[in-house]
Amino acid sequence: MKTVFDKSVPGRLGTVPGEARRKAADFLPADLLRAAPPRLPELGELDVVRHYTELSLRNFGVDGNFYPLGSCTMKYNPKFTECAAALPGFTDLHPLTAQLKGAGQYTQGALEVMYDLERLLCEITGMCDFTLHPMAGAHGELTGSMLIAAYHRDKGNKKTKVLCPDSAHGTNPASATIAGFEVVNIASRDGIIDPDALAEALDDEVAALMMTCPNTLGLFERNLPRIVELVHSVDALLYYDGANLNAILGKMRVGDVGFDVVHLNLHKTFATPHGGGGPGAGPVGVCGRLRDYLPISRVKKLEDGRFVLSYDHPKSIGYMSPFYGNFGVLLKAYAYILRLGREGLTRVSENAVLAANYLRKRLEDKLEIPYNRTCMHEFVASAVRQAENGVRALDIAKALLDRGIHAPTIYFPLIVKECLMVEPTETESKQTLDRFVDELTDILALADADPAAVQAAPVHTPVGRLDETKAARDMVLTHDL
Amino acid sequence: MIPDDLLYTRTHEWVLVEDGTVTIGITQFAQEQLGDITYVELPEPGDVINTGEEMGTVESVKAASELYAPVTGEVIETNTELETAPELVNEAPYGEGWLIKVRPAEDIDPEELLSPAEYHELLDTQAH
Repeated sequence: MKTVFDKSVPGRLGTVPGEARRKAADFLPADLLRAAPPRLPELGELDVVRHYTELSLRNFGVDGNFYPLGSCTMKYNPKFTECAAALPGFTDLHPLTAQLKGAGQYTQGALEVMYDLERLLCEITGMCDFTLHPMAGAHGELTGSMLIAAYHRDKGNKKTKVLCPDSAHGTNPASATIAGFEVVNIASRDGIIDPDALAEALDDEVAALMMTCPNTLGLFERNLPRIVELVHSVDALLYYDGANLNAILGKMRVGDVGFDVVHLNLHKTFATPHGGGGPGAGPVGVCGRLRDYLPISRVKKLEDGRFVLSYDHPKSIGYMSPFYGNFGVLLKAYAYILRLGREGLTRVSENAVLAANYLRKRLEDKLEIPYNRTCMHEFVASAVRQAENGVRALDIAKALLDRGIHAPTIYFPLIVKECLMVEPTETESKQTLDRFVDELTDILALADADPAAVQAAPVHTPVGRLDETKAARDMVLTHDL
Repeated sequence: MIPDDLLYTRTHEWVLVEDGTVTIGITQFAQEQLGDITYVELPEPGDVINTGEEMGTVESVKAASELYAPVTGEVIETNTELETAPELVNEAPYGEGWLIKVRPAEDIDPEELLSPAEYHELLDTQAH
């Protein structure tokens, strides 16, 4: 496909602009003006519409196709939330308005949304307080790690280590490292955290254990009470990575279990669009012991019912984002939670778990499933049998793309060889799940009969098999416009 | 492919012990599991590495994996070819794809590493 620059025709215009009364150059110092005009594409409106429509059709999204990308929760994002986020009362609001003296009256609605959303997230998770500021899951992890550090510093604890299970999301050790901790890995047993290995790794220098539940294998951590007791016995804190919260919505409140810090991925669990690198939202919830350290600003409700931003929190870790987080994303999650309600959110987790188990059972005689027991919202299959015949997880993933299905996550978690991590989500129909099984069955049969055909996939996508090695070894990160 | 003249670790490094020098690399099995290697991060000459501790990273298209020091000693040379040609680790893990040379702090006790037979056994158990 040609680029928009290739399609440029000198002199072509979309609309004929009126004669400018003053040129931009009249207002700028001469040394800031460019010597030659920028090389912008010259196109008519129809050229532009066709170009971007063609581009959009070459893209892959959940609005067009099934997207069982494990760990990422690529569920359908209902469109009504877009309407809420597009309300002019919100979109026309400048984020500094709340800072103007006397302008609080114009921002009451927005502040109320933030206050209410914090309360709703507290109710859903059983935590005491929330900050909405972190702008992505990993940003939430960093915020949480900094809160943990602030807590220990304030208590005079000398804590230097954070424990992560070997099934942890890669961002957990990264976030803890950036927050200044040394990361210690603990080995799983039978796919879940081994309390004995945890006990062995625990000492007075451990600041926290970062974990997710269900974990990356889609398995529920069955030793939670023991884990909570062990971690708290050395005054360490328990961090819950909320990436998999959609498996337990309405079923378990992590605050009730004993977790001290939790981040949520609103862009996963609460159906706000993601996948193009953002925008995300990773609010962080804390137990009472940690509330003083939350980032500023905080939204407060006064006795007369008005909402204000408060900054007077001397123990706060400070600012974690400009303004108040990704407000548009927060609005969508707020609308989603209110629309679904308590009953609807419970059905989310029930259907997510049902869909994953349905696929697991239908695929168990076709692919190796290393931890083949009732799973939560996702499961991990392995192509080890096919790999003996030269067809690897990567090849199967590419063959699925050819059939209009997004590939599952592959080669993660690292503790399963040739793995394919499947998360169907609660928004897919039985017909879609059946079609996925049919297509995958077909690919696996082809892997036996004609491995080369699977190794050559994809052939029907806008681009063929990309050279991932070259992409990583010879990076060209600039384009000369 | 497990050469007879090397010693091994449970974390899939190999060790060649010669007069006063130890050469370290990763095994054929390790490079196979990693897939195409895109970047190798090694300690600098002069650095001291300690048995069992992290000494670098290997990144492939699939994952980034830590390298663990099989012995204690001072790094005397690193394979600078890998800066521009990390694929050497895939192509010749026991040869041109070696990682570092170390002057060990004390004599290497072969009992503390895996013999070729023991490493073979380890791979057998991991295959299932």
